[in-house]
Amino acid sequence: MATEAHSPEGATGYIIHHLTPLATGEGFWTLHLDTLFFSVVLGAVFLVLFMKAAEKATSGVPGPLQNFAEMLVEFVDTQVKDSFHGRSALIAPLALSIFVWVWLMNFMDLIPVDLLPSIGKAVGLGYLRVVPSTDLNATFAMSISVFALIIFYSIKVKGPIGFAKEMLLTPFGPWMIPFNLLLKLVEEIAKPISLGLRLFGNMYAGELIFILIALLPWYIQPALSLPWAIFHILIITLQAFIFMVLTIVYLSLAHEDH
Amino acid sequence: MSINATLLGQMITFALLVLFTMKYVWPPLMQALEERKKKIAEGLAAADKGKQDLENAEKRAKVLLKEAKDQAAEIVNLAQKRANDLVDESKDAAKQEGERIVAAAKAETDREVQAAKEGLRKQVSTLAIAAAEQILKTEVDQNKHKEVLKDLKKQLG
Repeated sequence: MATEAHSPEGATGYIIHHLTPLATGEGFWTLHLDTLFFSVVLGAVFLVLFMKAAEKATSGVPGPLQNFAEMLVEFVDTQVKDSFHGRSALIAPLALSIFVWVWLMNFMDLIPVDLLPSIGKAVGLGYLRVVPSTDLNATFAMSISVFALIIFYSIKVKGPIGFAKEMLLTPFGPWMIPFNLLLKLVEEIAKPISLGLRLFGNMYAGELIFILIALLPWYIQPALSLPWAIFHILIITLQAFIFMVLTIVYLSLAHEDH
Repeated sequence: MSINATLLGQMITFALLVLFTMKYVWPPLMQALEERKKKIAEGLAAADKGKQDLENAEKRAKVLLKEAKDQAAEIVNLAQKRANDLVDESKDAAKQEGERIVAAAKAETDREVQAAKEGLRKQVSTLAIAAAEQILKTEVDQNKHKEVLKDLKKQLG
């Protein structure tokens, strides 16, 4: 990434500028400060809101905040109960945090593309990419964590031997062990990759279109950005939902003993 | 798109987020939901019971009302009958009294008519004797014609 290079002028420069993260460090140890900052802030927003709701949660008439929190909790709980049949103290809260966090990160997409970068420029930040879910690091962080949980639960529920058996002996029996293993590895690794790339791709493309619209003359922009933004409300919710549901499904698959 | 240490930072953030949600967000909200569910179920059961009670009470009230109505009707009937009886009785009494008065009056009249007749007869016989005395004057001797006079008197009386 040409983080230190002077951005070229014109449309290309504008786009590149918008898609370049505020980074520090070299090589692998580069940190995308904007991604980290916004995701932490949004996570904090989620936690503060929901902890406040949980603190004052009563079984009586709920306030608006509790009502909202309960609505989401029940929604997530229904999703979990629909596809996951075991008992787990982790999966439902995990699904809730994924849904709300991803939604909030996606929501940054709907903030006017130039607003936060301009403010950043005013306080001396050369680059600012405000949507954390347009950063592969953010989406893969979640999908790899979920993948780790899948492996962990697979081994925990089926036992090391059961897990190894599943990896080696399905779907074609003991005479095809290498082939089985290859197939299984692809199947398992496809899970986090597709999970992370799907969210990233959708958000990245959405943000790119917002940037392209922002390049048009101002009198055309509203006609395009309004429908796209309205459509995007659906997209961000849908992507958060898909990420959550797939997480639940993968984890319930990991819990199933064959 | 570079994968770099941001990934690790994001994973830590994510792990912390999930941990906090598990500890402080999910359980209290779930508990509140469960409790409310229970409360609502109890409330609904109570409402059902109340409805049943109301129905029973209404039924009982209906029965009582019907009984009261029947009783009232019976009482009215009895009163009516009693009133009729009373009227009949007084009618009878009045009739009897009337008849008695009429009978008494008739008897009185009869008696007076009889007395008048008696008086008249006496006067007629006296008059007849006086007339006969006038006609016969001398010839009539009280002692001599005692028998004849007596006979005449008898015929007139």
